Amino acid sequence: MNRRSFLQVGASVSAGLLIGFRLKAEVTNTAPRLNAWIHIAPDDTVTFMIHKTEMGQGTLTSLSQLLAEELEVEWAKFRTEFPPVDPAFGPMQGVVGSQSIRSSWGPLRQAGATARTMLISAAAAQWGVDPAQCRAEKGAVINTASGARLSYGQLATAASALPAPKGVVLKDPKQFQIIGKSPKRLDTRDKTTGTTKFGIDARVPGMVYAAVARSPVFGGKVASFDDKKARAVAGVNNVVSISNGVAVVADNSWSAIQGSRALEVKWDDGPNADLNSAGIRKLFAEKTLEAGAVARKTGDGAAGLAGAVKKIDAVYEAPFLAHATMEPLNCTAHVTPASCDIWASTQMQTTVHATAMQITGLKAADVHVHSMFMGGGFGRRSTADFVGEAVELSKAISKPVKVTWSREDDMHHDVYRPASLARFSGGLDADGWPVALTANLASPSILYTAGGGRAPRNGLDSTSTEGIHDTPYSIPHTQVDYHWTEVGIPVFFWRAVGYTQNTFFMESFIDELAAAGGKDPVEVRRRLLTKVPRALGVLELAAEKAGWGQALPAGRFRGVGLVNNIGSFTAQVAEISVDKGKVRVHRVVCAVDCGHVVNPAIVQQQIRSAVVFGLTAALKGSITIDKGRVQQANFNNYDMLRIDETPAVEVYIVPSTENPGGIGEAGVPTIAPAVCNAIFAATGKRVRKLPIRADELV
Amino acid sequence: MASIRFRLNGQPQSADVVPDMPLLWYLRDALGMTGTKFGCGMALCGACTVHVDGQAVRSCITTVASLAGKNVLTIEGLSADGSHPVQRAWNELDVPQCGYCQSGQIMAAAALLAKKAHPTDGDIDEVMRGNICRCGTYQDIRSAIHRASDIQAAGGKA
Repeated sequence: MNRRSFLQVGASVSAGLLIGFRLKAEVTNTAPRLNAWIHIAPDDTVTFMIHKTEMGQGTLTSLSQLLAEELEVEWAKFRTEFPPVDPAFGPMQGVVGSQSIRSSWGPLRQAGATARTMLISAAAAQWGVDPAQCRAEKGAVINTASGARLSYGQLATAASALPAPKGVVLKDPKQFQIIGKSPKRLDTRDKTTGTTKFGIDARVPGMVYAAVARSPVFGGKVASFDDKKARAVAGVNNVVSISNGVAVVADNSWSAIQGSRALEVKWDDGPNADLNSAGIRKLFAEKTLEAGAVARKTGDGAAGLAGAVKKIDAVYEAPFLAHATMEPLNCTAHVTPASCDIWASTQMQTTVHATAMQITGLKAADVHVHSMFMGGGFGRRSTADFVGEAVELSKAISKPVKVTWSREDDMHHDVYRPASLARFSGGLDADGWPVALTANLASPSILYTAGGGRAPRNGLDSTSTEGIHDTPYSIPHTQVDYHWTEVGIPVFFWRAVGYTQNTFFMESFIDELAAAGGKDPVEVRRRLLTKVPRALGVLELAAEKAGWGQALPAGRFRGVGLVNNIGSFTAQVAEISVDKGKVRVHRVVCAVDCGHVVNPAIVQQQIRSAVVFGLTAALKGSITIDKGRVQQANFNNYDMLRIDETPAVEVYIVPSTENPGGIGEAGVPTIAPAVCNAIFAATGKRVRKLPIRADELV
Repeated sequence: MASIRFRLNGQPQSADVVPDMPLLWYLRDALGMTGTKFGCGMALCGACTVHVDGQAVRSCITTVASLAGKNVLTIEGLSADGSHPVQRAWNELDVPQCGYCQSGQIMAAAALLAKKAHPTDGDIDEVMRGNICRCGTYQDIRSAIHRASDIQAAGGKA
């Protein structure tokens, strides 16, 4: 089962919940509706219902481009809204897996073109002419014979009563005016004046504020608690037991957080009380000595290695990582006997809706999800754990309540990027070219957590081996084994998922093979990519723009990394220096082929963002476990890359007419191996465990 | 409860709060001024940056009680219409991604430019390294600070 099929299963489950409950329109916009995405008022106000949420990835802007292009409205001569959960938008409303453009590319252009066709039909009927004689332009329909003009607002009521035509013809991409351009982001202005409303900014009349004390040990439970000290905190007015812990309710967030810290809870630590990172690593190391579930078999790995002229082995490791979105998790809920309103910054509106229905027992039409701007998501906000708590608490206290997680709560109760260990073996032929590669991995399974504790089928989880089992490199004998290894730590999707650790492993080991064969790292990749022209294309482009093979200033070194994920191809060359073990990344050249580009500026932004995200993990990121608890708590011991550590990133986009690939996660996986391969060039030391540690490079 | 008097975005303010209430939560929860953001609660990330008497401070560790007689400026008061040179530059360059940290980034940058009209990259690093951006917009922030410096030098006419 791969991530996409999981989401489809999730979608069908949620759709099942919705059967029989046609949602009533809860949209504040009562203007004539041309289709789910497009409303046009008689005063010519065009409203786009953006059914996916915005976490910085530019969805609001890029999806609007798809609609505006085909509808023929001028840029920014429209409003946008985040609509409620509605099956009219499909079975799953959410922003995961860098899917927004990929899944909207057809349907949203279709929605725009269908609405345009209806407006033209309405105009033609009013004029009593053939629709072929009319064309749409800048929010109006023009009668090409008479020059008469009717605005969309004048036509909207009549057009909205027409049946939606089937099979409308989409524009030839050569005629695109908005797609492929970089109009100004629609969310910029409000984000420079502090007026954008994130989930944490929701305010509801009569609202109270809460913080929750949760078991510090994964899987632990409340044994008993004494709330005397919590209730003594000024502003605290209630303490309530909920399924996930103990909630402290106050008249402001700060009192709630102080109250939750003052609470005296005796925890039943449960089965994970002795869990620690060293034990987890030992378990992975032992398991990977045995054969696992086979995720990929091409040729015969063992025979290939046995027949190789030269053989090398290496063990790679990656730690658990936290998402650390800048906006700590939070949710505001208002449950009454008849309704439930939720204000949340969420990546999965449909899951939020289904979760609230389950807790309240209310019908779909009575549960209203108000999607707020997200202060970062990176996968963390595709769960609904933080929503369930608020809904449960509001139901218990019969008041609207905002539950805010402290940064410490956020870091201690995350669902983490899995830790992983991989044993690699590789074989070279007499000329030094790779002929065999085997990888044996152990990690917890994301799909196990995401699937609610259902064992991954055949012991395989594609998110655990992606980046290796689906490598674009052709090596005659390739085998990938996987050991599904639960350790009691909840794991989940983290920007670029399994590619984050596996691309580091794979691209570093390819570099090891190149070095063992006495080959140039780009030359080896070039030879292994002859069957994948788009991968070869980004490799060549990145190498050329980085000046690969050309001299560098003294003390500077280069390394390369390549990945094919989320339907896109990315190659990066990092230029670094190492001083007393401290690595500094000066320049990153990135070539990306993400198919047809909707908004080049947003593609560039996403790559620059991804490089910082991946570099943060490579240089700093490590969540460690002791006594079943996460040892890091805040940015003092789980720090982020800062402005003075950020390299200059250059992005080169390969022109393409292929269907769009994803972009939000495309740039993350390659930066760690590009940097580590440059470290090898600089020091001769091979980094096989992240994060990179200065004391191991001196 | 103590009543603390100070100026907030130019207007007199009288705050009745528990003595150790940080400014961040007073702004957000008591006044509904949500432009200032909670990020860490320990002055580690800069998301809650405001100005007190022209200095950039972290409102998550600045008690309301410490503000008696002082001038507090938040993102809401930086300009009436988003026209401060830093906001203009941020807007022009489409700096924000998720945008959550950007009120703090903008307030930190505005304090820097008030002191150093033409900051070097080194000056920018020194001040702005206190502000985390998880979306990694740092490169754009750097460009926008230089651009804001130009706008400011041209008297807002650049």
